[in-house]
Amino acid sequence: MAQTITKRGPVSGTAVARVSRKRKPFLLDLYGTAVGKKYAMAISGIALIGFVVFHMIGNLKMYMGASDLNQYAHFLEKLLYPILPEKVMLWILRGGLIAMLLLHLHAAYTLTVLNRRARPVKYQSERDYQVASFASRSMRLTGIVVLLFVTWHLLDLTFGAGSINTYTGSKDAEGLKDVYGAVVFSLERVPVAIFYVLANIMLGTHLFHGVWSLFQSLGWNNPRFNKWRTSAATGISTLVVVGNVSFPIAVLAGIVG
Amino acid sequence: MSNHLKNLKLKIWRQDGPNTAGRFQDYVIDEISDEASFLEMLDVLNERLISDDELPVVFDHDCREGICGTCSLMINGQAHGPERRTATCQLHMRKFKSGDEIVIEPWRASAFPIIKDLMVDRSAFDRIIESGGFITAPTGGAPDANLIPIPKPVADAAMDSAECIGCGACVAACPNGAANLFTAAKINHLNVLPQGQAERYKRVEAMVETMDEYFGSCTNHGECQAACPKEISIDVIALMNKDYRKSKVKNRKELSRG
Repeated sequence: MAQTITKRGPVSGTAVARVSRKRKPFLLDLYGTAVGKKYAMAISGIALIGFVVFHMIGNLKMYMGASDLNQYAHFLEKLLYPILPEKVMLWILRGGLIAMLLLHLHAAYTLTVLNRRARPVKYQSERDYQVASFASRSMRLTGIVVLLFVTWHLLDLTFGAGSINTYTGSKDAEGLKDVYGAVVFSLERVPVAIFYVLANIMLGTHLFHGVWSLFQSLGWNNPRFNKWRTSAATGISTLVVVGNVSFPIAVLAGIVG
Repeated sequence: MSNHLKNLKLKIWRQDGPNTAGRFQDYVIDEISDEASFLEMLDVLNERLISDDELPVVFDHDCREGICGTCSLMINGQAHGPERRTATCQLHMRKFKSGDEIVIEPWRASAFPIIKDLMVDRSAFDRIIESGGFITAPTGGAPDANLIPIPKPVADAAMDSAECIGCGACVAACPNGAANLFTAAKINHLNVLPQGQAERYKRVEAMVETMDEYFGSCTNHGECQAACPKEISIDVIALMNKDYRKSKVKNRKELSRG
């Protein structure tokens, strides 16, 4: 139990003292502090939220029938074709998302380590939290569950790896990839559907705190609009959860399939 | 008409020094007036301990009227106890019931090492203030009142932040041991006023980065705001984040000039 003040040494240094060493490039300099890392967290979060929302909206096409959904998947593969070869734009977008995800994970990991170090000796009695919500206290847990779900989801419906989804990659009557069939094949398995629903509720919880939190982290604070920040968080997370959870239910109920 | 509370069971953290292991020790208060403050209750206990030739419980206190920020204590898992907008010294025994068990612990953070029992060293806050929590002004006679016109809402906003008494409850209550509320209040207090403009961006960068050397990071739980005896809003944290971002650009530009 070290009981002397622990200090990490200067983090950056355009204002603090005179630092002889060369200043780091702007973004790295900003990323050096916890406040800067929260900026990275918020910005990568916005990119990932954007993806999640559009992914949900795109999937709604399954209610219009197999042909519509498969055409849409084909359209995504042919973004900017013929300026770029097929799938190239798709991979550029995916690359951006992967970069954002890695940034989000790195910031989360380093901040967690920092926070653990800030209180090496825990409270020995029980804490009585006043306002910290389940969502805010479980960000790490929900984040990890969502990450595991995304990994599984990619293996299932994007790559059709091994025995996870033997249908993925099959063609439909028009000769396009039968995304619709793959979704139905996957979600007709009850345990998969249950996992899908639970993971999406976790995602919603994560988004609820994330969306509210990003306004604070980015310094978007205006007394006139502050009350809308929680509404935005509730709205976006509800939208995503309701949309996504409707798919396995629709498949099991026979509306889709 | 004052009532008396009977048979209070106290569990108090006792620790002999900075580098020794601590433990909870049980004490019983047979009877105490409900008009006694929490610290007076501890005074009564300490008098008994002294007359029994035992070492009294060491705790921080000074003004006992809620304005100096010296008292601390984690009471039943809440910084400054169960009463909102109240420092421990202004917490009264009427908030408890006869037979209650009250657990008392010191603030816990790596930046707040325990000195003895319930007393912690909060000098990390001084390091943050030293790095930028001041303005440069010519000394001499006091300036005339209203020499610098300040709109009322601005003066109010500055006062809301200036209410911070630096007790450290925000750090103690924060699940991450972050000092963002304290630092943001001290920054915002000066940054909204005309007198604070000259050093505004230097201040925010220096104070945020000094804070970063000692404390954890903000994850927007809002516990600090709930624990703050002055109920300072976490809005100041957002304002600090905004000014920190701007400072990174502006200060670099300034340095390139020189």
